[in-house]
Amino acid sequence: MTDKKFASASPLRPRKRAILLGASSGIGAALARRLAHEGYSLALVARREEMLENLCAAINAEAGEVHARAYRHDVREVESAAALFAQLTQDLGGLDVFIYNSGALLPVGLKEFDAEKDLEMTRVNYLGALAWLNPAAAYFQALKRGQIVGMGSVAGDRGRVGAPAYNASKAALHTYLEALRNRLTRYGVNVLTIKPGFVATDMIKNSPRTPMVISAEQAAEDIWQAMRARRQTAYIPAQWGLLMHIIRHIPSFIFRRMTF
Amino acid sequence: MTNSTLSLERLTTLENFGHSLQAQSHLYQPVNTEELAELFRQAKKSGQTVTLRGAGRSYNDAALNGGGIVVSLQAMNRILAWNPETGIVTAEPGVTLQQLWQHVLPDGWWPPVVSGTMFTTLGGCLGANIHGKNNFKKGTIGEHVLEFTARLPTGAEITCLPTKNGDLFYSMISGLGMLGVFTSITLQMKQMYSGLLNVHAFPVHNLQEQLAALMEGAPQHDYIVGWLDSTAGGKSLGRGQIHAADYLAAGDDPEAQKTLQVAYQTLPAKFFGLVPKNLLHYFMATFMINPGVWLVNTAKYVASLRRGEQRQAHAAFHFLLDYVPDWELSYGRGGLIQYQSFLPKETALAAWTEILTISQKRGLPSYLGVTKRHRPDKFLLSHAVDGFSLALDFKITRGNRAKLSAMLQDFDKIVLEAGGRFYFAKNSETSPETARRYLGAETVERFKALKHRTDPNHLLESDLYRRVFGE
Ligand SMILES: Cc1cc2nc3c(=O)[nH]c(=O)nc-3n(C[C@H](O)[C@H](O)[C@H](O)COP(=O)(O)OP(=O)(O)OC[C@H]3O[C@@H](n4cnc5c(N)ncnc54)[C@H](O)[C@@H]3O)c2cc1C
Ligand SMILES: NC(=O)c1ccc[n+]([C@@H]2O[C@H](COP(=O)([O-])OP(=O)(O)OC[C@H]3O[C@@H](n4cnc5c(N)ncnc54)[C@H](OP(=O)(O)O)[C@@H]3O)[C@@H](O)[C@H]2O)c1
Repeated sequence: MTDKKFASASPLRPRKRAILLGASSGIGAALARRLAHEGYSLALVARREEMLENLCAAINAEAGEVHARAYRHDVREVESAAALFAQLTQDLGGLDVFIYNSGALLPVGLKEFDAEKDLEMTRVNYLGALAWLNPAAAYFQALKRGQIVGMGSVAGDRGRVGAPAYNASKAALHTYLEALRNRLTRYGVNVLTIKPGFVATDMIKNSPRTPMVISAEQAAEDIWQAMRARRQTAYIPAQWGLLMHIIRHIPSFIFRRMTF
Repeated sequence: MTNSTLSLERLTTLENFGHSLQAQSHLYQPVNTEELAELFRQAKKSGQTVTLRGAGRSYNDAALNGGGIVVSLQAMNRILAWNPETGIVTAEPGVTLQQLWQHVLPDGWWPPVVSGTMFTTLGGCLGANIHGKNNFKKGTIGEHVLEFTARLPTGAEITCLPTKNGDLFYSMISGLGMLGVFTSITLQMKQMYSGLLNVHAFPVHNLQEQLAALMEGAPQHDYIVGWLDSTAGGKSLGRGQIHAADYLAAGDDPEAQKTLQVAYQTLPAKFFGLVPKNLLHYFMATFMINPGVWLVNTAKYVASLRRGEQRQAHAAFHFLLDYVPDWELSYGRGGLIQYQSFLPKETALAAWTEILTISQKRGLPSYLGVTKRHRPDKFLLSHAVDGFSLALDFKITRGNRAKLSAMLQDFDKIVLEAGGRFYFAKNSETSPETARRYLGAETVERFKALKHRTDPNHLLESDLYRRVFGE
């Protein structure tokens, strides 16, 4: 872990602070760079420590002071989430934004049924999220401010033949975030659900068909704009909103015959 | 209170006095030393840092601890002993200057050193080692402390006098709450023969006159302060008004019995005769745009052109701003900060001429300037010099932060070049390098060594400490 302390704030150099889970690659890493650019202090969390360290080094070198620190953690270790959350808020000197971006997509064949893979995706995409979102929500509720960002997916909008557990874990996350939003809006807390379409990261490099794919940098930019506007749900890029509206309305008797 | 279960009910957002800085902390308010000691034990167990807080009247991050614990001493606010014969008072750290003067004045005494607001606590006043408008004569508040008792984060209790534990006496006073907690403070009050002061007001037409008036006026008066119209430029740069005040001698006030009463000291509800005081900040808000401020300052200046002499109550003379409720809110949403520099008498004129000129040129004028006369003192993190201080208030807006920050850093360079010092209760942009330069590397090392002794686990840390003394 980078033991350098975060650069401190003063009235003239205030600093927003964010915890970002799943920052080691892809969308998370791009979002970390985007937020650092906005002057955020960042606690970056994931398992691949070396990648996190390199990312922190690059961010801090560009900023000329410590904006990012790396924390190794596996979101499947749900028992340690609350304590680590408390440590990160202490290290950051408070918290303005909490982002749950960790996610796993394990390929399942069209005829394959593998409980282990399904449980694994559920642990990373959903159970880990519960372990972290609870302390984050309690913290922001107490302060009557803050923002929670959850990385959902267009994949959570319907159950498809290709990725049942991935679809279900993201759908569960969407519903959970919706409930949090309904609880927390009255306390001045914004809960934002991000639903990306296809983003060119390691996650989809082996996926067969990926229409309207955007870069991780573009995704990060769109997410940042949605955060800034304190939106509730944001499809990324926006065209997916319309597309998913149509897809959600495809009748089941047709959807059952489709192979995507 | 383990790391993960710090009570969320304690979680709150605290601010500096100028509402320009926020920090999320767990706020605790012990009512006695046992509860205080228990908080330190818990903090150590849970790996949390602790910042002490009085009334939170510091302009900067001295009493803020983002992400950690803040211990407010305000509930420990009893006056423990008062001897009207000797004027010696012993009080808990949460006692405010207001409580103190109201307690002792009817018996004919007044605190020897007070800040420009009476809402500060004794603990906070010792932590910063405050000065008053009589610094040139009476020194800082620390010079009137006969003894204090403190709790160290280790749990130990120590008593310090100038002659016993002297190193801690001279470092805990001025030590910004980083070495331990004052729990009981014994102070010598100053005897008064009236509730009034003789106040002389006269105008000065430029900075040179302003400093000369402080220099020559100081030996002749008990108090002296300058109000500087920071919007006037050119030949009038540094013009303003001097207020000098003197105690009345025994027998000078035929109505002393009456004027020493608290009721007599309290200002009327309508300030300036006209504006109800709870409306004043709305009224002032309109002056916080530049032309308006210029008008107010100019009006004040013109009004003072006639030399005046009058008798004024102590509270009115010292705590003028307290009678403008929430005046700091008139600075708008971004709040305000204060920049105070202390300069040797030989270099002050040139350095402040440069500073005021820069501030006007860059379109970042200050709204209020206050000048004082000072003398050096023996406290470890001392801000005083044989010279003067100039305090400038700046409004913060969304758009001016970067420009203001750059300007204050330029000011720091000018002040350092001129052999000046800064004050940790006010300035918020002081860098570790600047602190090391004006305090001297040796002083910083000594402070850290003392801290290591009284607080080996480094439990006491504030945002200011991390910003200025953190590695
Ligand atoms: C309108 C106004 C006018 C002012 N005028 C003056 C002036 O004329 N001269 C001057 O010198 N200052 C002046 N000040 C600054 C003010 O006096 C100091 O900031 C003072 O420290 C504030 O006291 P507080 O009780 O609010 O302490 P806080 O701001 O709460 O704390 C100040 C410091 O003391 C420490 N501390 C608090 N309690 C204890 C304790 N029990 N034991 C150990 N450390 C403790 C804190 O950790 C912190 O570092 C003024 C401020 C305002 C707002
Ligand atoms: N790419 C897309 O097209 C797309 C579309 C919609 C939604 N999403 C979602 O976007 C998010 C980011 O994915 P990505 O595309 O950027 O893929 P990625 O590069 O594979 O990123 C996944 C991130 O999640 C982290 N993660 C995975 N398992 C973890 C675990 N057990 N503990 C902690 N962190 C873990 C990874 O860190 P470590 O492996 O280092 O732990 C990595 O930082 C995911 O939630 C994904 O579902 C992606």
